Amino acid sequence: MNDDHRDDNTRTPSRRRFLECMAWAGAGALWMVQGGVAQARLLGAAGDGTPAPAASFGFVQISDSHLGFHKAPNPDPVRSLRETIARINALPQRPDFILHTGDLTHLSKPEEFDTVAELLKEAKTGQVFYVPGEHDVIGDNGKAFFARFGHGANGGGWYSFDHGGVHFVALINVLNLQPGGLGFLGADQLAWLKRDLAGLSDSTPIVLFAHMPMWSLYPAWGWGTQDAAEALALLKRFGSVTVLNGHVHQIQQQVEGQVTFYTARSTAYPQPPPGAAATPGPLQDLPAGDLRHAIGLREVRHVRGAQPIAVTDRALD
Amino acid sequence: MLRTFFSFLLCLPLAAAVHAASPGATTAHRDGYQVDIHEFRFQPAQLVVPAGAHVTWTNRDEEPHIVVSAGNGFASSPALDTGDRYTATFAKPGTYTYFCSIHPQMVGTIVVK
Repeated sequence: MNDDHRDDNTRTPSRRRFLECMAWAGAGALWMVQGGVAQARLLGAAGDGTPAPAASFGFVQISDSHLGFHKAPNPDPVRSLRETIARINALPQRPDFILHTGDLTHLSKPEEFDTVAELLKEAKTGQVFYVPGEHDVIGDNGKAFFARFGHGANGGGWYSFDHGGVHFVALINVLNLQPGGLGFLGADQLAWLKRDLAGLSDSTPIVLFAHMPMWSLYPAWGWGTQDAAEALALLKRFGSVTVLNGHVHQIQQQVEGQVTFYTARSTAYPQPPPGAAATPGPLQDLPAGDLRHAIGLREVRHVRGAQPIAVTDRALD
Repeated sequence: MLRTFFSFLLCLPLAAAVHAASPGATTAHRDGYQVDIHEFRFQPAQLVVPAGAHVTWTNRDEEPHIVVSAGNGFASSPALDTGDRYTATFAKPGTYTYFCSIHPQMVGTIVVK
């Protein structure tokens, strides 16, 4: 079903063997029970007697891997990321690509970036697209991150691409933050976004991804983007806009007109629901065994129809 | 009080080593002022010190934090993991606003008289 993007999926036999080998080696306990489905599938035709349209393609979102974190409730985020990748490799339909929505690392250290890059080579997918989280840009405004994981030639690190008729936009909202502020896009990025969207028809499905939530999820904890409204104004004319974020280590969802916002689980550890704890720090006192219910991946499918983007979240257990 | 502070340092050899690598470390304790980073807040949020004072931030959270001057008034810290300390020296009178660029909702002020 991905004929228009066959190039993305082409691999040499040796590469494929290597990946299968790595997937097997990294599987461990991961060839496991299918995870719970935490979000409704938004497939438009379900239940009306007509067969649901087949997905034209699928991709996966993962987020907040925090390599370098070494405390409760997950002293081994390398292992949980490896398990997440094994889950991706076990999906019935291979994702065309993976989006990582930031906080790859905990402290922006070179060895943490190295580990992420190595682990994600195990993923059976066409490509991995990244945006940084605030933990990835510590001390150098993202220089090390962009050198390894950047896409395109834009000075600010933002970029876009088209796949299967969907326009994907990667925004950076973790740089040039101001005291007391939230996530921030800035005038240069907004001007670029306006130009980027200008040539698209209103019926083009848009998937926008960035690290921090693009809606005011909980500003007291910094969970929002202060100039997101300006970006969303540019998206108003489009019939389907899906916004995929990370940062909050839990599934949250919001619908505003034609725009649906989703935050994803972390691959490392959960954080408390908005306002449910003194701070947004890691949920450390999880009962034993509960961690694997609280971390995982998100599978997203594109279906040709009125509601083209379907989201399914899968915990590791 | 000073003695208590020194015995506290002895209990934290690793943190002290990190501290020693930071600017102004050799004389940091003589006029040492402390800011705790705890529960995603700088405590105290405003600290008044005399010119020449050394201010040491200590991260007591499980999360990393960072001390970033809002107007480049003093050198920013590296990422401070749990227990890490950072000292800056404030030579000139003025109001120095700073924040954590990982969690920008965290804001503090050093007022140098």
